[in-house]
Amino acid sequence: MIPELGHFALILSLCLALVLAIFPMVGSLTNTPAWIALARPTAIGQFCFTLLAFACLVYAFLTNDFSVAYVAQNGNTLLPTIYKISAVWGAHEGSLLLWALILTGWTTAVALFSRKLPDVMLARVLSVMGMVSIGFMSFLLFTSNPFARVFPVPAQGGDLNPLLQDPGLAIHPPMLYMGYVGMSVAFSFAIAALIGGKLDATWARWTRPWTTVAWVFLTIGITLGSWWAYNELGWGGWWFWDPVENASFMPWLAATALVHSLAVTEKRGAFKRWTVLLSLLAFSLSLLGTFLVRSGVLTSVHSFAADPARGLFILVFLSIVIGGSLLLYAWRAPDVTSGGRFDLLSRETLLLGNNLLLVVIDAFIVLGTLAPLIYDAMGWGKISVGFPWFTTMFVIFTPFLVLIMGLGPLTRWKHQDPAQLARQMKIALAVAIAAGLIAGLPILHGGSWQAGLAVALSVWLLASLTLSLRQRGRTLDGVRDWLKSFRNRGGGSYYGMIVAHLGVAVFIIGITFATQFSQQEDVRLSPGQSYTLAGYAFRFDGVKSVPGPNYRADRGTITITRGTDQVATLHPEKRTYTVQTKPMTESGIDIGVFRDLYVSMGESLGDGDWSLRLYYKPFVRWIWLGGIMIAIGGLLAALDRRYRIALQPQAETAQPAGKQHLAPGVST
Amino acid sequence: MTRHLRYLVPLGLFALLALLLMRGLSLDPKLVPSPLIGKPMPAFSLTRLENPQATLSDADLKGKVSILNVWATWCVSCRAEHQTLLQLVKSHQVNLYGLDYKDNRDDAQRWLQLLGNPYLANAFDENGRVGINWGVYGTPETFIMDKRGIIRHKHIGPLTPEVLSSEILPLIAKLEAEPQ
Repeated sequence: MIPELGHFALILSLCLALVLAIFPMVGSLTNTPAWIALARPTAIGQFCFTLLAFACLVYAFLTNDFSVAYVAQNGNTLLPTIYKISAVWGAHEGSLLLWALILTGWTTAVALFSRKLPDVMLARVLSVMGMVSIGFMSFLLFTSNPFARVFPVPAQGGDLNPLLQDPGLAIHPPMLYMGYVGMSVAFSFAIAALIGGKLDATWARWTRPWTTVAWVFLTIGITLGSWWAYNELGWGGWWFWDPVENASFMPWLAATALVHSLAVTEKRGAFKRWTVLLSLLAFSLSLLGTFLVRSGVLTSVHSFAADPARGLFILVFLSIVIGGSLLLYAWRAPDVTSGGRFDLLSRETLLLGNNLLLVVIDAFIVLGTLAPLIYDAMGWGKISVGFPWFTTMFVIFTPFLVLIMGLGPLTRWKHQDPAQLARQMKIALAVAIAAGLIAGLPILHGGSWQAGLAVALSVWLLASLTLSLRQRGRTLDGVRDWLKSFRNRGGGSYYGMIVAHLGVAVFIIGITFATQFSQQEDVRLSPGQSYTLAGYAFRFDGVKSVPGPNYRADRGTITITRGTDQVATLHPEKRTYTVQTKPMTESGIDIGVFRDLYVSMGESLGDGDWSLRLYYKPFVRWIWLGGIMIAIGGLLAALDRRYRIALQPQAETAQPAGKQHLAPGVST
Repeated sequence: MTRHLRYLVPLGLFALLALLLMRGLSLDPKLVPSPLIGKPMPAFSLTRLENPQATLSDADLKGKVSILNVWATWCVSCRAEHQTLLQLVKSHQVNLYGLDYKDNRDDAQRWLQLLGNPYLANAFDENGRVGINWGVYGTPETFIMDKRGIIRHKHIGPLTPEVLSSEILPLIAKLEAEPQ
């Protein structure tokens, strides 16, 4: 009964999506207030019914209702409660339901928190989100019903994929989807603005906080995914350039370009067409990612059950949404007026440069991801594109991106005197080159130009951000502004930019050092035997068999010492899950700021001997620390007080426009 | 007019992409030719699922066109495939054998009693050793051997009535026509 209730709620949700997609939009074009007024309640109602459907599926998992096919495939009575809940989004149907829920959630959030928006604009935005929702709701109901029953009812469920039984993965998909789907808000605002023909600073200001929040979620989701891969996959990697990972990275790059471009559009009224195009691109890439993951056109470690019918459905949906929006763009964009003028050396130019670089990197990733498909379609054979392609591309483009990032905050809008900028940056450049040389030349270690480059780039960023902070603190106005911004807990976009850009510096150090200076060894050890790697002695103290709730584990004990100090005792596990009989490794990791020690279990070689994989990974934590800093920076920017003022009707003109020019901040 | 045309560029690029994706749907990225195709089937000798005292070996499959279907009770798509197999043996004269892969004997026997048994015999590959020799990396998989015991085709994923009528049955008919 409960599953049917969920099914019925989904059908009602689709009906409401149809209402939302048609009436407010038509009403806004024919100026019918009653129809326009439908937008807000319909959006909220749609969310309520989708939430009800989702709750029904959670309930089915918690009560082990194996008469529901999806629960029978992915649930199990022995599954710990937290994984019974995360199993809801552990496979295709349920994760799509989560996607739909989050989409209606974002729609409702827009409906609730955009009271300041003109009714016509709000109606159009919500209506576009309703159109997107129709696609996902019908996809769910017609090809991927999570509530389908199965008969005869199995006595036990097929269990959740053991790879997904990890706390990191329980929250990774919701975060990621919040990001993916959040891009639909920027998309809908762009479409609504294109329809209305009013692309201006106001539109950018409305879009900005939504885009930033979605981008923060996407950043967190990707960081979590990388952290999970490192913990769970047992070979010390943290990014694999797998199509599914790329599917999340493609919209992230586009969204990163978008948050920067929006800053220009809001503050200077420039780049309007470009910003609109990026808004469309970011969501289009989210949809493309969905297609790649769910249609089975590419092989991936993550792939969902491939089904051509589903693939075709998404492709048709994709074509309508993306094709339609680009058609609207082609029709409307020529009429958009160009915004504020700027000189060759100005912050606008630098932001345009970073935007182009981000889009070029994105294009290369799209190309690399689709290359196997292109080859196959052209009949050129099978290829797989791996690390070398993606890494080379990054090493080529990232330095330019970071150089621009260093200059940006110190450069004025509109016009910058080159001599003045050169004077300021002279010290930063010298310090960066010196640091790079020290790190790169064979003084402290064997020498590595990659490490030198990474250090130089990070120090460059650090130095320029410090200069920017100092510049603000030098004049009395600057200090006053600074204090005031702290008091108001506003000024967030500037400090957000500082934190996020520092995060990039930390991240660059992390990936380069972890890649360059990692040491690893596959060894065979008998109990009591030791192996020394990077100055740490790993002593193998044997393996014990330990029962888990739904698996059995061979748990090893490894004691790590350095000289006479005991560093850590690790317990890596090799688990065999009872239902799916898949062997899984749980790595044993000793976490440190400057290095991780990582042990994963290989095979039992008889007589108590085991093959073990030992890793010494310097600075690997900095990768995720950088990711977290980038996300925190985004959050600070999104919490910037001036958006809240804009959202509160009573404080309509609280901030004079000129004020923002005092804060030389590109919020990210 | 040309000024307006450039705004159509994104749409044009997307149209190309959509065409590519359309084509991609009809291709199968997992269709990596198995290195075993054209080679004699790997030798094996396992206890029969139905009777632990009796054995089933590669010799039993030789001398006729045979099908080896790799399945397991823990495999959900195998359950979907099972109906198709039952239909197949009802409507056609084929030599269908099963390889019960990494399974529990009691569960598997109960499965066959409950859902019906389309197989002439099943080899019980408890620890998956034979499966590894055959290059199995997921159930269900189906191999087709000619009369000399040479692997001629491998199908990955569940057999469907469409796959049977378009690929498997024509191939079997062709192999039946080949001399010993």
